[in-house]
Amino acid sequence: MSVLQRDPQDMLRVLDEGGEPVGEVPDLSDDELVTMYREMYLARHFDTRAVSLQRQGRMGTYPPLSGQEGAQVGSAFALDEEDWLFPSYREHGAALHRGLPLKRTLLYWMGHEKGNRIPEDVNMFPVAVPIATQVLHATGAAWAKKLQGEDAAVMCYFGDGATSEGDFHEGLNFAGVFDTPNVFFCNNNQWAISVPRERQTASATIAQKATAYGFEGVQVDGMDPLAVYAATRAAVEKAKDPGEDERRPTLIEAVQYRFGAHTTADDPTVYRDTDEVEEWKRKDPIPRLEQFLRNTGRLDDEKVEAIESSVKDEVAEAIEAAESEARPEPSEMFSNVFAEQTPEIRAQAEAFAELHERRGDEGFLRE
Amino acid sequence: MSQSQQTQNLTLVQAVRDGLHTEMTNDDRVVVMGEDVGKNGGVFRATEGLWNEFGDDRVIDTPLAESGIAGTAIGMAAMGMRPVAEMQFSGFMYPAFDQIVSHAARLRARSRGRFTCPLVVRAPYGGGIRAPEHHSESKEAFYAHEAGLKVVIPSTPYDTKGLLISAIRDPDPVIFLEPKLIYRAFRGDVPEGDYEVPIGEAAVRREGTDVSVYTYGAMTRPTMEAAENLEEEGVSVEVVDLRTVSPMDKETIVKSFEKTGRAAVVHEAPKTGGLGAEITATLQERALLHQEAPVERIAGYDVPYPLYALEDYYLPSVARVEEGIRNAVEF
Ligand SMILES: Cc1ncc(C[n+]2csc(CCOP(=O)(O)OP(=O)(O)O)c2C)c(N)n1
Ligand SMILES: [Mg+2]
Repeated sequence: MSVLQRDPQDMLRVLDEGGEPVGEVPDLSDDELVTMYREMYLARHFDTRAVSLQRQGRMGTYPPLSGQEGAQVGSAFALDEEDWLFPSYREHGAALHRGLPLKRTLLYWMGHEKGNRIPEDVNMFPVAVPIATQVLHATGAAWAKKLQGEDAAVMCYFGDGATSEGDFHEGLNFAGVFDTPNVFFCNNNQWAISVPRERQTASATIAQKATAYGFEGVQVDGMDPLAVYAATRAAVEKAKDPGEDERRPTLIEAVQYRFGAHTTADDPTVYRDTDEVEEWKRKDPIPRLEQFLRNTGRLDDEKVEAIESSVKDEVAEAIEAAESEARPEPSEMFSNVFAEQTPEIRAQAEAFAELHERRGDEGFLRE
Repeated sequence: MSQSQQTQNLTLVQAVRDGLHTEMTNDDRVVVMGEDVGKNGGVFRATEGLWNEFGDDRVIDTPLAESGIAGTAIGMAAMGMRPVAEMQFSGFMYPAFDQIVSHAARLRARSRGRFTCPLVVRAPYGGGIRAPEHHSESKEAFYAHEAGLKVVIPSTPYDTKGLLISAIRDPDPVIFLEPKLIYRAFRGDVPEGDYEVPIGEAAVRREGTDVSVYTYGAMTRPTMEAAENLEEEGVSVEVVDLRTVSPMDKETIVKSFEKTGRAAVVHEAPKTGGLGAEITATLQERALLHQEAPVERIAGYDVPYPLYALEDYYLPSVARVEEGIRNAVEF
């Protein structure tokens, strides 16, 4: 029986907090498991560095992901090459698994337009800042794949808060009606800025909302990367190749926690107890997977150290590359508005260029 | 305002908070609702401390749904409450747009006065704070275009409190856009307690005889600075701060122009279809024979608001405002 066929209140788990298997370990090679660990570790280290860049004034407001690596990397791992990913704004970990260079992610949060351009070979949409709007795009993209006769699943990430927006409900409803190959992945990190999950919905779980749209919803332990992988893999396979009487879409609620602030502009001590944070830190997905990999002989001190040092180098290089990127040309703001520049935009661009030439940067830059 | 009133020295965002506090104290029909307005006190701290003081029934953290906030606020307003809905950023107001334009704006008209909508929708708006994508736009023209909505944009702490109190007391829906670039940029004297600044009245911030410059919100500052610089060159600039962009104080606008015969408009919103066009048309309609030069529009460009590395090039700067005013004067 599929792991998806369960009561939405019966949370799927593979590893307990100490890394001991309590469910069926998914069929991943040793290399894949170690890579999963490495990517989670990389996401954490990247996050720590990104927050400190912001603190030092080297980057703008940034949304941290610490605590959510298991959900992000575990789920992205379940996608096949041809599948697509529609992120919110916090999935730097999932994005890096898909092949988005860290430098791009940094450039975006450093305010460069370039950071918003996804490389041709990465099947991923740009960040969606307006909450839940991407859910409909993901449904439409999956619908297109189905109409075009392509076998591809479309994964969409969003938060617990996002499930309150109309777009979330419309996206899942369309998916149910048109039986689109979607995986809707809710990163329920318990908080939408300062608003707790209980203020978003009176339902016992978010997973159970799928029932109303006519497809399966499953709750997984989002601090357990292997449970996340198992559920997502089953959902991806079903999306592309549903059994008789099965509906393609799935809603996965990954129960997890954001260890840090909502963004670097937020102070979580105003609205939540440090006890709560500490409690969730004991469920940290990284040591949990590490323990499992050590217990099963796939990792040892030497390998962990090698991973740590290669990750540090990789992140340091990405930061250096992003920071040595020249300030974007002001003329960039006038390009790509339409396929062809309109006469009015051209006139505005020319007037700007003339003034910039005459007054220089001092005529524009503040501070 | 009575003589005995004490004043406090507040930032613009503190004046928002003080206005809310004053009106919540005066009138228990007033409720504040929105995302993170409760315990967190708002992401800009505009509702700080209100939840502690007035409790969960009057300072309400809602689910994350702007259509939900606006739509339920309309229902509350129609039943005699005075909701003040916060949109966390004006860029996230669009889910509420249908409720605002299809219902809030016309409930009075379509029910022929049987139902009304005394609702305030507050939102921080505008650029210049190095914010992420979708956090910096100025789309006041969308709301000003809608019959049945009043649109207020203060530029000083004093006006902010007085206009907010007027907005809450207004019998019709008011969109209250707060220029977040100047939320904490300076302080100003704000009376304690209750006072109103009337909606629909512009303020002449600076008198001059050569050219009239119309602006509002955060652009008031670079405009004043440009005016000072030009004064040194011998150009006498009058600066009119609209304060309410709809309904516009056309009397003050025209009166200034009749004196100067030359004009410029400064707003950070995109040029095309912006309020500068409305002001220009007003001058043409009502004061054509006074006009000595084309009206200059110094505005944001007709492009999506850029990510922050380029935002200083997008926003009207002091230099750009100076150039525009000079064009109007030298024509
Ligand atoms: C439509 C919209 N409304 C409000 C916001 C401001 N905002 C940004 S993130 C956020 C909370 C989102 O919470 P959740 O969906 O749980 O995702 P999380 O940030 O926890 O990952 C809010 C209110 C926004 N970006 N878009
Ligand atoms: Mg959340």
